[in-house]
Amino acid sequence: MKILYILKSAFSALRVNKSRSVLTILGIVIGVTAIMLVSVIGESAQSLVLSQVESLGSRTIAIVPGREPSGPADPSAAESLYADSLKMREIEALKKPSNVPDLEEAVPIVFGLYSASFGGETFNSMVIGSTDFLAEIFDIYPEEGFFFDEDDIKARAEVAIIGVKLKDELFGNSDAIGEKIRINGRNFRVIGVFPPKGQILFFNFDESAVVPFTSAQDYIFGIKHFNRIIVQAKTEESVPAVLRDIEITLRELHNITDPENDDFFASSQIEIAETLKTITDILTIFLAAVAAISLLVGGIGIMNIMLVSVTERTSEIGLRKALGATGNNILLQFIFESSILTTLGGLIGVLLGVTLSFLASIILGQLMNMAWDFSIPFFAAFLGIVISVLVGLLFGIYPAYKASQKSPIEALRYE
Amino acid sequence: MSLIEVKDLAKIYYGDGVQTPALSGVSFDINKGDFVAIMGPSGSGKSTLLHILGFLDRHTHGKYLFEGKTIDDYSDDDLAHIRNKKMGFVFQMFNLLPRTTILDNVKLPLLYSDIKESGWDKIAKDAIKAVGLEKRIDHEPSQLSGGEKQRVAIARALVLKPEIIFADEPTGNLDSKSGKAIMEILQDLNEKDGHTVVLITHETYTAEHAGRIIRLHDGKIESDKIVDHRHHAKKDEFFK
Repeated sequence: MKILYILKSAFSALRVNKSRSVLTILGIVIGVTAIMLVSVIGESAQSLVLSQVESLGSRTIAIVPGREPSGPADPSAAESLYADSLKMREIEALKKPSNVPDLEEAVPIVFGLYSASFGGETFNSMVIGSTDFLAEIFDIYPEEGFFFDEDDIKARAEVAIIGVKLKDELFGNSDAIGEKIRINGRNFRVIGVFPPKGQILFFNFDESAVVPFTSAQDYIFGIKHFNRIIVQAKTEESVPAVLRDIEITLRELHNITDPENDDFFASSQIEIAETLKTITDILTIFLAAVAAISLLVGGIGIMNIMLVSVTERTSEIGLRKALGATGNNILLQFIFESSILTTLGGLIGVLLGVTLSFLASIILGQLMNMAWDFSIPFFAAFLGIVISVLVGLLFGIYPAYKASQKSPIEALRYE
Repeated sequence: MSLIEVKDLAKIYYGDGVQTPALSGVSFDINKGDFVAIMGPSGSGKSTLLHILGFLDRHTHGKYLFEGKTIDDYSDDDLAHIRNKKMGFVFQMFNLLPRTTILDNVKLPLLYSDIKESGWDKIAKDAIKAVGLEKRIDHEPSQLSGGEKQRVAIARALVLKPEIIFADEPTGNLDSKSGKAIMEILQDLNEKDGHTVVLITHETYTAEHAGRIIRLHDGKIESDKIVDHRHHAKKDEFFK
């Protein structure tokens, strides 16, 4: 058999029914486009999340109070169990060089949503209590004014550095430095304003007010413990050792012998990144699977049309058989036709998917004020085309088989 | 040795518990180079006979030897290969592929042959030339008259130089002039190139272009005679 010639004649057979061919491949086009779109956006979202985590610095370790959740049904997932296990005592222990020799700094963090008001304006802001080292960890320094210092923390000073959105909401265009905002019935003097920063991991600094952790604990939240302890290791290489030392130190402090009973959970930025990667991976795969259903529907459409085509061309099949075509020749011809259809659909879908995901990355970037990076997803494109060829083969086999089984006289008699 | 040897050939259709015989015991031989017409009213079994002779269908009883070998030994694929190599078909309805050029229509049997694609063009063009349509090579069937379409069909039947040509009512859909031209070509193929021709028709005049007429009635042979006053398409034209 002359493969090239069969290909050519399959093409011309499809050209004869141009509009039908176009409509037929629509399902495949939509399916492949959807898969491309989902995987590209999923990938971009993932790299965005990862870049956020990485912006924390690769030397960062976060300690969360409570038990590491073993699943969504675990009651400790809500941090209700041992939620107050991290206090100043723990920070002091960690800071001892004999305990964690490679620790550079350990920073407490308390946070919560509280409304901040000035004059008649009120805004629901994220109040973050910490030390001035927070600025270094999150790489966020006041644009105007300055950060509070050690003395402010000791004195439980009622001072705050506010995010740009909070500043706009409360003060508009007028100057905020030196003014007093009200949080939980206390007056906090604004000593600095952050530049626009957007979301970093869990905190949107644009909408936050950062205050000394001592003031936050006493005057706002009324707690003695911390919500997080952020530890900075001296070097990237020492992160695993620091992580291990933290666990040993805290277990000793809390008299824990079995790691199963840990009342804290420490993880490095790298581990967080890996967890997030897994989550976004699962999400992407799930969405792609949903999109794949439309490919299935498209495939059934192809089968339907090919069956119609086989019936319509009964006399052509009979003629070909009379002229010497074997059943396999006919089978091949129709499988070629359906595969060409789906492959074309796949190619169009890939082009459409790339174009749309490029547009989506621009729109999302504008909308969320984030840098969505866009790269042509070669693997997804390759997969999209391979899948559409397979759909053509799979759903083309039955109609092609029916065609190949037609008896030549029956087929010739058909008008 | 006869090209075709048929003995007590029968075809019985079984359906809904009823047996319908289309052919009931026909016997004859066809030699290489013969021009045989098979005649009969509709329902006489002439089309069924042609289908069996042309390997398009299988008989249910009796014997059919083609080139001395029984058809029973062949698989469907074997039959397809033999049809391709040794048989040419011309149908009443022409059966050309629509929206496909004359050249590509004539090439169709080559697709299923062992001949390399590089040689197809020349072979197909020679066959088209033989029926005098070389100027229409790039036309599509819809642009041709009925007579021209049938000439394309003959070119397609000829393209692999078959041993035998089966023509099923080739003039049935043509006016008398075009029909005559077709008969002229068939006679030429038989006399000049030595092709065996089996012609099915219900018109006595057309049948008398053959050298021998087999008349069928109700699936049986009514008569099998040599034609005494054979028509010659070319001479008739001359006398007109």
